This record gives sequence, C-alpha cells and structure tokens, in this order.
Amino acid sequence: MENGYYLLAAFTAVWAGVFAYLLFLSGRQVRLHQKINAIKQVLKEKESK
Amino acid sequence: MKRNALLMLSFILMVAALYLIFIYVPTESKMGVVQRIFYLMVPMGWIAMLAFIVTATGSILYLTKKSDKWDALALSSCEVGVVFTTLALVTGSIWAKPVWGVWWDWGTPRLTSTLILWFIYLAYFLARNLATEEYRGATFAAVAAIIGLADIPIIILATTLWQGLHPPPLIFQEGGLDPKMRFTVLMSVIAFTVLYIVLLRFRISLRQSEAELGTLKELDE
Repeated sequence: MENGYYLLAAFTAVWAGVFAYLLFLSGRQVRLHQKINAIKQVLKEKESK
Repeated sequence: MKRNALLMLSFILMVAALYLIFIYVPTESKMGVVQRIFYLMVPMGWIAMLAFIVTATGSILYLTKKSDKWDALALSSCEVGVVFTTLALVTGSIWAKPVWGVWWDWGTPRLTSTLILWFIYLAYFLARNLATEEYRGATFAAVAAIIGLADIPIIILATTLWQGLHPPPLIFQEGGLDPKMRFTVLMSVIAFTVLYIVLLRFRISLRQSEAELGTLKELDE
C-alpha cells in the first residue's frame, strides 16, 4: 500500500473537481433565478400601474 | 429522459463503477494499488475528447444554421470539457509519478497533445470573451473549436505512432488487458459519460436561463 497516497490523491482530485463544478453551477443557477424573478416582479409592477 | 432519472442513473452507475474499481477488479501485480488510477484516468481522457468533439459539432452547426441552441451546446460542452481535461491532466500526472518516476514527461506525445487540447479549450473561452459583441465572440470561438478539432486524432494516434513513456493502447487488444480490468474500465467510462451528459444538460439549462434573463432585461429597459 506504499503508493496508496497517490490513489487517494487521484480519487480526491476527481471528486473534489466534480463537486466543485456542481457547486459552481448550482450557485450560478440560484443567482440567475433570483435575478429573473426580480425582473419579472418589476415588470409585473410596471404592468399593473 | 427526465433530468432526475438521468441523475439517478448516473449515481447508480457511479456506485457500480466504484464497487468494481475497489472490490471486484484484482490488484495489478507490478504496479500494485496505484494501477487503479487507470480506471479514473481513462474516462477523464475519453470525456476530454468527447466533450471537444461535441463542442466542435455544435460549432459547425452554429455556423451553418445560425441557431443559438447549437452555440449553447458548444459552449456548455466546452465548459464541462475543460473540467474533465483538467482532471485528466491531474490524474495522469498523479499516475506518472509512482509508475514512471516523474510528474510529467514532455517526450510523451499523449501528455503533450492533451495539454494542447486544454489550451485549445481556453482559446475557445478567450475568443468568446475578447470579442466586443456576443455573436462575434460565438463565431470566433466556433472557428477556434473547428480548428482545434485537429488535435483529437493526434491524441488518439499518439500512443501508436510516438509512444514515449505512455504504454501502447491495451484496452481492446487481444490479451492486452485482464477481462475483469477491461470490464471495469468500460463500466467506469460509461458511468463518467453519463455524468458528463448530466453536467452538460445542467449547463445548457443555465445557458437558457441566461438567455431568458437577457430578454427580460431588454423588456425592462
């Protein structure tokens, strides 16, 4: 098992990379939806006036 | 297929692949446990190429049909591809140190051509971001992707033509790989390909939301 650290490093790198990208995408999705909803609200208010 | 079903399939396949990698497949006699990195490195390298082929295909269709949906496909695949190409380079380097004694070897064309692919991915984003208008950036990036496609056959043929430290292709060769190892690597490739599709669809849906936001902003002005 002397090379076990390399195996651990490779698996950690892959899963950390995939999860970091997923988190990045999720964060972007939340921010985009917030912006979309905010503009929709403003447009609705403009329409009702 | 609905997104949740695909996500579930990806999860099941990934758990199955991990079971095969850590429990089912025998430990290689010469390299020991570190050989199991192979079951990660091969899928990463495969998706690096697949994502770029999808990017180039989306780019060709965007240039011929001028439809934003093809640009969204190209851009999304490029972004997911750059993640997997980075991981291919990282896992390849982690594999190289204990097996070859070096982190990197410039005399091994498979490594160098994969690094070039990574730079081509970056060129795609640079072309998009440096242009003053969005459609111009998309066009420049599409051209860069089509030119960059020339690197894919070089990566594929690198281990046959100019081997370097990299071993020749073994996976489909008669007697080249233990059947259990072949099955494991193929399952791992399938599992990561499904993950690539999940991430690609997620990124495309974000692109659609970005487009919706753009339209709403125009209405608001």
